[in-house]
Amino acid sequence: MGLLINHHHLRSNMSATLYDKLWDEHLVQTDDTNESLIYIDRHYLHEVTSPQAFEGLRHKNLKPWRLDANIATPDHNVPTDRGDAFDTSSIRDKVAKIQVVELDKNCNHFGIHQFDITSNKQGIVHVMGPELGYTLPGMTIVCGDSHTSTHGAFGCLAMGIGTSEVEHVLATQCLKITKLKNMQVNFNGHLQRGVTSKDIVLHLIKLIGTAGGTGHAIEFSGSYISSASMESRMTICNMAIEAGAKVGLTSVDNTTLDYVKEHSNLSDSIFNHASEYWQTLKSDPDANFDQIINIDVSEIKPQVTWGTSPEMTIDFDADIPSKEDIDASNLENLLLAKAYMGLDDSKTLLDLSFDRIFIGSCTNSRIEDLRDAASAIEGKKISKDITEAIVVPGSGMVKEQAENEGLDKIFIEAGFLWRDPGCSMCLGMNPDQLKPYERCASTSNRNFEGRQGNLGRTHLMSPVMAALTAINGKITDPS
Amino acid sequence: MINSKITGIVATFDRDNIDTDQIIPTEYLKSIKKFGFGDYLFDGWRYLDEGKLDMTSDDRFKNNDFILNKEPYKNANILLTRDNFGCGSSREHAVWALRDFGFKAVIASSFGDIFYNNCFKNNVLPIKLSKDEVNHLFEISSFSPVTFEIDLLKKVLNFDNDSFYSFQVKDSLLDRIINNLDDVDITLKHKKNIETFEQKRRQERPWLFDYIN
Repeated sequence: MGLLINHHHLRSNMSATLYDKLWDEHLVQTDDTNESLIYIDRHYLHEVTSPQAFEGLRHKNLKPWRLDANIATPDHNVPTDRGDAFDTSSIRDKVAKIQVVELDKNCNHFGIHQFDITSNKQGIVHVMGPELGYTLPGMTIVCGDSHTSTHGAFGCLAMGIGTSEVEHVLATQCLKITKLKNMQVNFNGHLQRGVTSKDIVLHLIKLIGTAGGTGHAIEFSGSYISSASMESRMTICNMAIEAGAKVGLTSVDNTTLDYVKEHSNLSDSIFNHASEYWQTLKSDPDANFDQIINIDVSEIKPQVTWGTSPEMTIDFDADIPSKEDIDASNLENLLLAKAYMGLDDSKTLLDLSFDRIFIGSCTNSRIEDLRDAASAIEGKKISKDITEAIVVPGSGMVKEQAENEGLDKIFIEAGFLWRDPGCSMCLGMNPDQLKPYERCASTSNRNFEGRQGNLGRTHLMSPVMAALTAINGKITDPS
Repeated sequence: MINSKITGIVATFDRDNIDTDQIIPTEYLKSIKKFGFGDYLFDGWRYLDEGKLDMTSDDRFKNNDFILNKEPYKNANILLTRDNFGCGSSREHAVWALRDFGFKAVIASSFGDIFYNNCFKNNVLPIKLSKDEVNHLFEISSFSPVTFEIDLLKKVLNFDNDSFYSFQVKDSLLDRIINNLDDVDITLKHKKNIETFEQKRRQERPWLFDYIN
């Protein structure tokens, strides 16, 4: 541990991946066991994984290293039926309230900028950050939340961390980590009608499994990615962690720069100066990847999960795997998942009756997602079999934009509830939860046992598919 | 104080992809404390009723078929499982729950990346072995209770009298557990380096500093 190496652009003459470039740019030092200190440009905080980190700072009598690197907002446990004139004191769940109050107290005490529960900009941290320009290309970004990989869509090195690391970043502005391997996933071709970025990433997870990307940073590239919006890129990078990769990223191009220009408030001269650097944020043509996967997206159908892991995904109209389809070592996993999901007598997903619909989460609650869903249901009513269908916009700004476009009216007229921003039923930490055995069409990212409520049954899918499931009560062909 | 040996009863979970939502459900993430999560470990499998943060194990309706509700596994401190243990959410509460229950080591054929890192901050040793080695350990521990002994200094797992497996783990990570070190203290010894780096960055990439919207 004694020997320290200070790096000064060691790689400047060699070809490098985007991940390599971001790593080198932020490398403070490496010790002789290859653990490195990486400088962190942006640290997002929320109410659930930060209290113990602030407590640690107090215990050690330390202050945050650099206040302006930190941005906080409550999102995980906040109610979404807040309406006007809501403040922290209105939270009915006493335990959840303590956490939101604690975030207020910690941010006030340490001087950290917070978009609190009363702010019209509050939202899911991974939705709110980019749209306020706090996520800029080339940054290292961390947050005590595994879906921090979302920000990789901006050519950032972004990853989820644990609470001890939250404390470490607050105290030192650095993360102590080992370099990951490089994986490239090329998505080429044009999407079929009714297919979205969500289907593309679920298809990938089906192929490589939830441990397929473990130990790797996945760079998403190819003609589909180049043509995709920032919202779609964020959806794909968001779910890199469901493929096991804590880092997902895409290179910077004009789509990135246009988004940043629109959403940040940098002056023209600073923006132009920064753009010169940002345009170098792409893998060199001959960069070396440890693993390369090529996928033709034109062959992908809408994807829906059938089981209790995101890799348990099939084409929406395909047969649910049976014990004849798999090898013996996976049999136990298959049987447990089928029993939990109540699928012992089902051959496909098309016959299943749904109870609840959730459109939201850091995966699919951005304006593009709400437009997609709204256009699929315009002028229609939700099925009488659906007991509750909710739309939870990802942030105050998404909500406002959607209302300006009249999307809220489309949802409300169809029978959806139009809610206030938060993580909501993605993890059921607030009152939005499934009851036991309820079946939910969800645009979120995890179908784990109990994720959306004790004994609840989650089927992950795109906003379009979830909206159509609301209308028909069953999974429907979107084409 | 040096932690150089872990000895204890092995509990087995014959399942792949056990995610951190299973290790500790979301409900208990509402706590603002860093301790006291042991009663909620594997909550969805361990109990038949739905729990709340103010309940203890004694208040709950237990699933008597679940391994951690049986003797002698109630006192297990080594967990043996399969592939991709600790995948999913970054919640460090998962490690806190394992630690507070009494687990000091988890043996698996692979781990989720974030969970793996979190373990070393909390004196829980994650041990990666090959699938064949894990299979063999399941064979010898599934039918009657067994005890393993882990030597942290030699990086060796002893089982079945004279049999052992060596395991690989980064020295600097293992060192945190052996010597109970704190990462913040270690890093702040390099304060000067960080300050120099930051100063240079402020000059080269000024847009990253003092941004407010």
